[in-house]
Amino acid sequence: MTSHDIHEQAAAYVLHALDDDELRAFEEHLVGCTVCQEELESLRSAAAAIAYDTDLRAPPAQLRARILDEARAESSSNVIPLRRRFLAPGAAVLAAAAACAAIALGVWASSLSGSLNRERDARRAQTQALAIIAAPGSRRFALDGSKGALVVAPNEEAALVVSGLPRAPDGMTYEVWILPNGKALPAGLFAGGPDRSIVTLTRLVPRHAKVAVSVEPAGGSQTLTGQVLITTETA
Amino acid sequence: MREHDLVALPGGREDAASGRDLAHFSDEALLALVSRSDDLALAELYDRYGRVAYGLAVRILRDQTLAEDAVQDAFLTVWRKAGTFLAERAKPSTWILTLVHRRSVDLVRREQRRRGDPLESAPIAATASTDEEAALRSKRRVVQEALRQLPDDQREALELAYYGGFTQSELAERLGQPLGTIKSRMFTGLRRLRDLLADAGVDVATEF
Repeated sequence: MTSHDIHEQAAAYVLHALDDDELRAFEEHLVGCTVCQEELESLRSAAAAIAYDTDLRAPPAQLRARILDEARAESSSNVIPLRRRFLAPGAAVLAAAAACAAIALGVWASSLSGSLNRERDARRAQTQALAIIAAPGSRRFALDGSKGALVVAPNEEAALVVSGLPRAPDGMTYEVWILPNGKALPAGLFAGGPDRSIVTLTRLVPRHAKVAVSVEPAGGSQTLTGQVLITTETA
Repeated sequence: MREHDLVALPGGREDAASGRDLAHFSDEALLALVSRSDDLALAELYDRYGRVAYGLAVRILRDQTLAEDAVQDAFLTVWRKAGTFLAERAKPSTWILTLVHRRSVDLVRREQRRRGDPLESAPIAATASTDEEAALRSKRRVVQEALRQLPDDQREALELAYYGGFTQSELAERLGQPLGTIKSRMFTGLRRLRDLLADAGVDVATEF
């Protein structure tokens, strides 16, 4: 594909007319292309303007009430403990978690769902983590070094919930470690960022184990080499 | 875990309840309030853009229930992500309509609904206040006039992509044209539409 071609994709991008592979390729291009970045917003506005070429329709009155009720319910759940928030039955919670996609450089349009594949992957991972968090009898351990919690289900599957951790620097990632008897075993990677990160650990977490988060080179390490930012211990 | 770690900043409910007249707030100001969990500000944004959003979703999805889902998802995304979006400095209305469009296109592809069939006629909204109604109708006239000035093949590509939810490859196949031709038509057409709207005295960056 020539460079000219990929610039032209900006129109299809804002019209949501790219398939998954094209979308990924264009967003990768967009990150490094100031020409496209500069033009994107005006093209997006022009595309949105097409929406006005439609008969105005009064939505059913109950739609407004439903949206506001749901918004208020989510809002009030922000001030109750994490555990109850995540126990709330929920499509809305899942959707909110799945929407935690990268939002930068005009990529926000796809943040609602991104490509369907990525959405599915993200939803699967979130569903798994939420099942652990919501499992009857799961236990929660506070973190040293960050807001959030380590949640361990009775079957020792575990999820780490971290908020307020800045996005990992370029070329780096956060890596979770389990230290069952002093030896650090890698247990998952995550990027951090403004939204709450929910990570399903790739290893079981036994009782009386230390769990730590360090900064490692992108792709993760096999042995803990980076700075440790977060620690906790199961009882 | 210390419970106060989990307690969010107080929302804007008290502010919202103080009886301000939100009708005079700009979209940006409303969005800033939404980012502070002000539900009345969300309601005001919905009152401004809900009808356009719903009309768009119905036209794409041809199903009122799915259209309601798309509009609800979009406005709840506004509720959850307003703070993040504010930093992007784009227009709230563009964001809202882009979210509705994205969601509708996702749903129409997922449902693999038949697309491109004429839509049965449905009641046109007549519930808006006169001022809002007039403003919306005026925008509509400007956009329709701009679209009318596009070459037929460009307008066709834009409308099928936007309202049909077709990918560019599907459009190429449907219209029997090479993919490169379709890309060029959409790109040239959308740039032209932007410039026509600007010529009509409508700064798309501020008006839409």
